[in-house]
Amino acid sequence: MQSTDIAAPDYFHKVVDCQWACPAHTPVPEYIRLIAAGRYSDAYMINWRSNVFPGILGRTCDRPCEPACRRGRVEKDPVAICRLKRVAADFKDDIRGRLPKPVAHRNGKRIALIGGGPASLAVARDLAPLGYHCVVFDQDPKAGGMMRTQIPKFRLPDAVIDEECDYILNLGIEFVGGRRIDSMKALLAENFDAIFVGSGAPRGRELDIPGRQEAAKNIHIGIDWLSSVSFGHIDKIGKRVIVLGGGNTAMDCCRSSRRLGGEDVKVIVRSGFEEMKASPWEKEDAMHEGIPILNYLVPKEFTHENGRLTGVVFEKVKAEYDDKGRRKLVPTGEPDEHIACDDVLVAVGQENAFPWIERDLGIEFDKWDMPKVDPKTMASTNPKIFFGGDAAFGPKNIIWAVAHGHEAALSIDKFCSGEDINDRPQPMVDIVSQKMGIHEWSYDNDISADKRYRVPLRDKVVALRDIKAEVELGYDVELALKEAERCLNCDVQTVFTGSLCIECDACVDICPMDCITFTDNGDEAELRTRLKAPSRNVTQDLYVADGLKTGRVMVKDEDVCLHCGLCAERCPTGAWDMQKYLIDMTQAEDRCRAPARSAA
Amino acid sequence: MTYIAKPKFHHPGLPTNELGYTHRDYEGKISTLCAGCGHDSITASIIEACFELSIEPHRVAKISGIGCSSKTPDYFLGNSHGFNSVHGRMPSVLTGANLANRELIYLGVSGDGDSASIGFGQFAHAIRRAVNMVYIVENNGVYGLTKGQFSATADRGSKSKRGVVNTDSSIDLVAIALQLGATYVARSFSGDKRQLVPLIKGAIEHQGAAFLDVISPCVAFNNHVGSTKSFDYVREHNEAVNRLDVITGRAPIKIDYEPGKVEVVEQHDGTKLALRKLKDEYDPHDRLAAMNFLQQHAAKGQVVTGLLYVDTEPEDLHAHLNTVEAPLNTLSERELCPGAGVLEKINAGLR
Repeated sequence: MQSTDIAAPDYFHKVVDCQWACPAHTPVPEYIRLIAAGRYSDAYMINWRSNVFPGILGRTCDRPCEPACRRGRVEKDPVAICRLKRVAADFKDDIRGRLPKPVAHRNGKRIALIGGGPASLAVARDLAPLGYHCVVFDQDPKAGGMMRTQIPKFRLPDAVIDEECDYILNLGIEFVGGRRIDSMKALLAENFDAIFVGSGAPRGRELDIPGRQEAAKNIHIGIDWLSSVSFGHIDKIGKRVIVLGGGNTAMDCCRSSRRLGGEDVKVIVRSGFEEMKASPWEKEDAMHEGIPILNYLVPKEFTHENGRLTGVVFEKVKAEYDDKGRRKLVPTGEPDEHIACDDVLVAVGQENAFPWIERDLGIEFDKWDMPKVDPKTMASTNPKIFFGGDAAFGPKNIIWAVAHGHEAALSIDKFCSGEDINDRPQPMVDIVSQKMGIHEWSYDNDISADKRYRVPLRDKVVALRDIKAEVELGYDVELALKEAERCLNCDVQTVFTGSLCIECDACVDICPMDCITFTDNGDEAELRTRLKAPSRNVTQDLYVADGLKTGRVMVKDEDVCLHCGLCAERCPTGAWDMQKYLIDMTQAEDRCRAPARSAA
Repeated sequence: MTYIAKPKFHHPGLPTNELGYTHRDYEGKISTLCAGCGHDSITASIIEACFELSIEPHRVAKISGIGCSSKTPDYFLGNSHGFNSVHGRMPSVLTGANLANRELIYLGVSGDGDSASIGFGQFAHAIRRAVNMVYIVENNGVYGLTKGQFSATADRGSKSKRGVVNTDSSIDLVAIALQLGATYVARSFSGDKRQLVPLIKGAIEHQGAAFLDVISPCVAFNNHVGSTKSFDYVREHNEAVNRLDVITGRAPIKIDYEPGKVEVVEQHDGTKLALRKLKDEYDPHDRLAAMNFLQQHAAKGQVVTGLLYVDTEPEDLHAHLNTVEAPLNTLSERELCPGAGVLEKINAGLR
């Protein structure tokens, strides 16, 4: 194998699994260490820079970081990264003084942002401090978009949304609430310098089966119903409720139903329980509230009597796989099942809808009637118009919307400055030795053996009584510290210098995970068979270094390294060093005006 | 010295042996030796050897004297018996323990100071008496604990870290062990675990006095230019006569076929030693030739390593003394006090 080029920004970035997996590349271990040190405001600001909504995401993020977390490969459960983020938000001081101030002089460029959700707000937050005049349009009176209308208050209280939306709107952003954009053509005529479409995926998919029209009074589209609940237009539901669908919206629907009078609430999905789109923890939360999830039942018909819904007929199916591994649901042949209910919530997916974009504006649409958007620059085929969030590539989640927002803001800034939007800036990278003394490091390298700590919950009886009572209470300071200690500090990198090595094997002998091997070089697949411990996770890189006297190479399998630094502690010559690698994605900003954060 | 304990987490794919243990289960406390010490590699090799042989930790007694080397039994086999005796007195403590209970595996761990100076006589007599043991000398040629004076195994003409030339003749413990009748004699290098681990395994399986001289560079005081016990010197002057694979009846036979003749030597207990010859003329069954070979190469400044001598039909002290097979602590009053009749018989025999 070629020696590893550790100067390439991506190499060590990939070792920080959580940060690499985060669409916004939040420096996770860095803020977790700050939480452990009790520096909650600092931890919050690191999050705020990367993911814009730490308090909101600390309660609702889809947390792609957690399945990626190295801890999950070392023991059972990953670090509770998401809920630690909430800790930073919960225990921070007043950070308003640390936010950018509204600019005194605008740069004369006007940007329209359609939709007041996470994507648009992220764009506005990045652009406003640079002097752009950002105008955010939303159909609802308050900013927040789906974070406000579709996520139930018992998961995400209004106060948190208000706080974090205000941090952004107070940067001098013009928010036009209650105005729905009905024509892109008309908006273009208002002569904005660029337009960002962050209007989400606002249309709930219909379930067109017999009885749908006749029983319409008691059949509701999930996201519309959630939004009506959110605004207080709906405050009760029947005693027996069936929720159709297996995504996170379905989980929000069933749990909301339990709080609005639903006593017998069921979630019913077509396919298997394991295949459901909902995050495992959201399914767990629903089941904890006494909501059964029934699977392999395909809705066939709504039954009704005198215009009132009486139940749903389901066909029983099973999964069958063809030789290509594709799944098909086939009837089991058992008789259909009728399940009685008073109300049905349909949460079988969401769609984008752009009836308001005229098709003669140079915005091309693909065969699924979705706009053609460049996944890197977020640009449409009309150079002035950019997309992001669910509006760009269909329903995803908040953290993806934020990531899109950063990229779109960068493109808009470049477009408005007459630069090539395809020329993306490199991230800022900082790598600093953590050595403080012979066996002292500026991070805590003593690995905690603790299992993942559960987040305390409000008593179930109390929680089910009030739809606005937040269920999760969040970690207290003590639990947060213990959970933070579980982090393996994957950003503190093991850096090897071959010319210093005397091949004494001290690092090989001490490594608790048998990560290190000194051996003859070979190609990667063959080399993996010769390492000290089995090297089966090919998604994790091998760190190969040459320059050794015997002509062998040092091979380190990054897969389950604990970053405990024992290799460096036991190295007599300093050939190993522990160096903190901080990677900071370049956002729409002037690096000269706003110097990048350096290693704390 | 490292302040934190080695994390308990281990690689999820670690192989287990017949007892269901991973090699991590054979570890002891974290080493307090200097970073990079060759002794830590020997520790790791002992761990690996015991793991591969699926040895039950409670069947091992680790006995040592004083010195950096003699501290190491604390760093491996944390669940075995151990006795840290006084300086140079490991062999007599081991002999006594062995006489009391021959069912354990005796691992005597010593250093060049412990065995070639203060304990030279003890070393000699334990070998002479053919105590069934593994006697490992972790040989670095200096007194590390007292900051690097030459030990008795330092070669004449080699230089100390401060540039002083050694004028005394060195003691070659391997030569002495051969002369005194050790039935398994090997030399190895802490920096070559591929060679060292099988040699330790072979020594454990050997049912007689097995002696292992392991050159183990002292990174703090004896790893400089001019030293003949440094990593670089030993790597450059290493004359390996053979490579060993130990084949027990339990483990599947796995020999990596490199060039060189392979000789399979069956030991008395049924274990097989697969010896790949690296030097064609070298015969590990000829004690006198081995002694000559050693001297000739030592004169050229070469370090001969490998399995230097093995007697496939060794006898041990118990056989010589015709002792009882059962451990002494399992003998009951009936066996220990067989009664007046037996006493009368013995007395009659002496009249």
